Amino acid sequence: MSFPWAQHYQPKAPFMRWLDEKLPLPRLVYNAIGGGYPVPRNLNYAWNFGVLAGFCLVLQIVTGVILAMHYAPNALVAFDSTEHIMRDVNWGWLMRYAHANGASAFFVVVYLHIFRGFFYGSYKAPREMVWLLGVTIFLLMMATAFMGYVLPWGQMSFWGAKVITGLFGAIPFVGEPLQIWLLGGFAPDNAALNRFFSLHFLLPFVIAGVIILHIWALHIPGSSNPTGVEVKSESDTVPFHPYYTAKDGFGLGVFLILYCAFLFFMPNALGHPDNYIPANPMATPAHIVPEWYFWPYYAILRAFTADFFFVPAKLMGVMAMFSSILVWFFLPWLDRSPVRSGHYRPTFRKFFWVLVIDLLVLGYCGGSPAEEPFVMISQIATAYYFLHFLVIIPLVSAFERPEPLPFSITEAVLGSDKKAVLGENTTPAT
Amino acid sequence: MVRIIGFFVGLFFAVGVLWAFATGAYTVASQGYLKEKTAETEFHRHPAALHLSSDGPFGKFDNRQLQRGYQVYKEVCKACHSLNHVAFRDLAELGYSEAEVKAEAASWTVPGIDPNTGEETTRPGTPTDYFPKPFANDIAARAANHNAIPPDLSLMAKARHEGPAYIHSLLTGFTDPATYKNEDGKSLKQEFPDFQTPPGLYFNPYFANLNLAMPPPLTSDGQVTFKDGTPATVDQMATDVAAFLVWTAEPSLGKRHQTGWPVLGFLLFATVLAFLAKKQVWARARVRRD
Amino acid sequence: MATDTGTADSETLATEDGVRRRDFINIAAVSAAGAGAVITLVPLVSQMAPSKDVLAESTTEVDLTPIKPGQAIKAMFRKQPLFVRNLTAKEIAAANAVPLSDLRDPQSLEERTKDGKLNWLITMGVCTHLGCVPLGAGEGENRGEFGGYFCPCHGSQYDTAARIRKGPAPKNLEVPEYKFETDTKIVVG
Repeated sequence: MSFPWAQHYQPKAPFMRWLDEKLPLPRLVYNAIGGGYPVPRNLNYAWNFGVLAGFCLVLQIVTGVILAMHYAPNALVAFDSTEHIMRDVNWGWLMRYAHANGASAFFVVVYLHIFRGFFYGSYKAPREMVWLLGVTIFLLMMATAFMGYVLPWGQMSFWGAKVITGLFGAIPFVGEPLQIWLLGGFAPDNAALNRFFSLHFLLPFVIAGVIILHIWALHIPGSSNPTGVEVKSESDTVPFHPYYTAKDGFGLGVFLILYCAFLFFMPNALGHPDNYIPANPMATPAHIVPEWYFWPYYAILRAFTADFFFVPAKLMGVMAMFSSILVWFFLPWLDRSPVRSGHYRPTFRKFFWVLVIDLLVLGYCGGSPAEEPFVMISQIATAYYFLHFLVIIPLVSAFERPEPLPFSITEAVLGSDKKAVLGENTTPAT
Repeated sequence: MVRIIGFFVGLFFAVGVLWAFATGAYTVASQGYLKEKTAETEFHRHPAALHLSSDGPFGKFDNRQLQRGYQVYKEVCKACHSLNHVAFRDLAELGYSEAEVKAEAASWTVPGIDPNTGEETTRPGTPTDYFPKPFANDIAARAANHNAIPPDLSLMAKARHEGPAYIHSLLTGFTDPATYKNEDGKSLKQEFPDFQTPPGLYFNPYFANLNLAMPPPLTSDGQVTFKDGTPATVDQMATDVAAFLVWTAEPSLGKRHQTGWPVLGFLLFATVLAFLAKKQVWARARVRRD
Repeated sequence: MATDTGTADSETLATEDGVRRRDFINIAAVSAAGAGAVITLVPLVSQMAPSKDVLAESTTEVDLTPIKPGQAIKAMFRKQPLFVRNLTAKEIAAANAVPLSDLRDPQSLEERTKDGKLNWLITMGVCTHLGCVPLGAGEGENRGEFGGYFCPCHGSQYDTAARIRKGPAPKNLEVPEYKFETDTKIVVG
């Protein structure tokens, strides 16, 4: 499972030796995120986001369990119980804002984590399984976040639930009964709210389980690195602890500063004012938008405004929206370039940045009202999105001429002419 | 195989969405404009800036202002608007003493139940009571207000974009549509000669669709006599009630700001330490010469 | 530090001046993280304490006028039953007749009532054994062998001063904090 030079867990205290014999849990941790896991020495700060995403999950579970102690999942009182948390519960406002902004923070770090993977080719063999599990986690996160947003039972909660379950109504033949089944009624009400609460509580633990698989799968080939060159010798790696625990500790500090700035000084900046209006089935808000992290997909959904041959526009939009994420599952087989890292792939690198801009444009359009020019812009951006993954990436990987790769990670870190002076206080490039 | 199928799936979606683009572009080209101009899109006004002591990361409430705002709510707004999430006991946060809160609560009439007969009746409020609703239910509210329900005000400052500024602008923004000009100096009457404010509604450019069921609530200076002697101009009353509604929407604002700074300070300190520790750990990362 | 390289380095360099400062930074960083975690526990723990609305409802007013001698009523105080009983002269005498040394939890009726209001016995209706509501406050309920209250859960018997006389309960029924606002009105809490 690991490199032959990985350090072995050697419990010193008698109790730890006893525990290691009966239940080698500390050994497991040591080999997973301790000194027993050799990691490429050249990981840059883009590699911090995995640990930060794990931290966000813990943050969401802790604050979420606390909120569930005070929240009442009933359509009559859900909104009031949320306000009760904000006003009367000791530190309730902190818990709720931490949870609401924690969801945004979670998505920020996960998006950065995913784009790190896109750029450095982390999805490629031998790490396809890591990637597949990662996309699964992302899908579960989206479902969890959506259901969580319904719980305060404000206007956006209600209409979000209605619109998103309405997506399933676009499926031919079974759509309408499926939507009614999902909601347990003809519109979102108590039944929907209760099941969303139940699933919103459950799914984070499922996510935690898949994360364990994700890390397990990662530890078989070991971590990727910015050069994309596989580890060749011991000098290419450092033990995870203390090197990356220290680096992640610093990264966590920077993350917490940014997160707390939002939490304490602009906790509603990423939310929508309409969600402070209690749910009203009789009046739709003028401008329904999901939370910011869904904006790109929302733009893709709305981009399909015309029927395409025999496929109705609504169904096209729904299919495209789901496909826009499902396509990620096939990425390891769409990109056949033998070179992993975007550092050495000049054409791929350019298209990568086009994709980043494309998604920002889609996000902006998704957050704007469904009117011109945003619809037309999002249509162009949607076309590019699908062409990028399904046409451009396979073609680029077939025709691109990669730049020369370094022989090894050590060489990439030190530069080939410095091999002679190995060993003197060399800090890896970060 | 994956790539061949993917290629066609990609083309399918791309062509599908570009087809939608083409139809959309054709419509735009044939109608000659991107977006239809209406009185609402052209003459709606963004709220004018409003500065309150609770603004910004150092903001905290000005209790005297909140007390004035409460007075405006009590003497003007409460006739139609509820304050569902606020209890009389919360008034203690505005600087009222326990006895004052009790007296204030008792000056309100809240629904109660006769302990002997069990019939619905009214009684003076106690600190644990919540502010009473002006209307028994939505139907009563509609019937009394030209078919519009006056919204609850507890969260109003958070439930609208630029909440407090919006409240202030709305309260002071009632005007005559015949003479109204927008920021660009265009006259509503000239651009949209057919524009009319239906009977029973009132023109207010800060309201999303320009016509509002609420009659101007603050009509004249001195409508309220402030206990602290502040001159009660319409602007002052609107500002104070906006400040009061910021408090009702988020009573924890002051505590949040107060907590935030030490937390950020600590995190900054801890992060600097973490950076130094990281540097020190990595100084040991040498490549072995074996 | 779990790494061989790391440990070896700090051991070999342990005598040099710089290392102490470096170790100090590591210890300080870890301590800061620990301190932060401990401070974070404050809101996480205190959110479970009673919220403001619960604390606000912690006083109850009771009007005594409708309670005739020999009668008792149950009121609600902090979401728990409160027994308000107007003792008859006979019941007062019975309570005073018991020598304090015979009691499990020795208290006189005077100590358990307010000055000059010996007939007004105000106690929590919560058995001190395991928290059941004793019988005896309602009309026609079993008042037990001692004419006070009787807890049906495990058979605790209280006398006319609501003192434990028999059964498993360790203490007398609790007298909450209260005061007479007027002669006919008390405020509990």
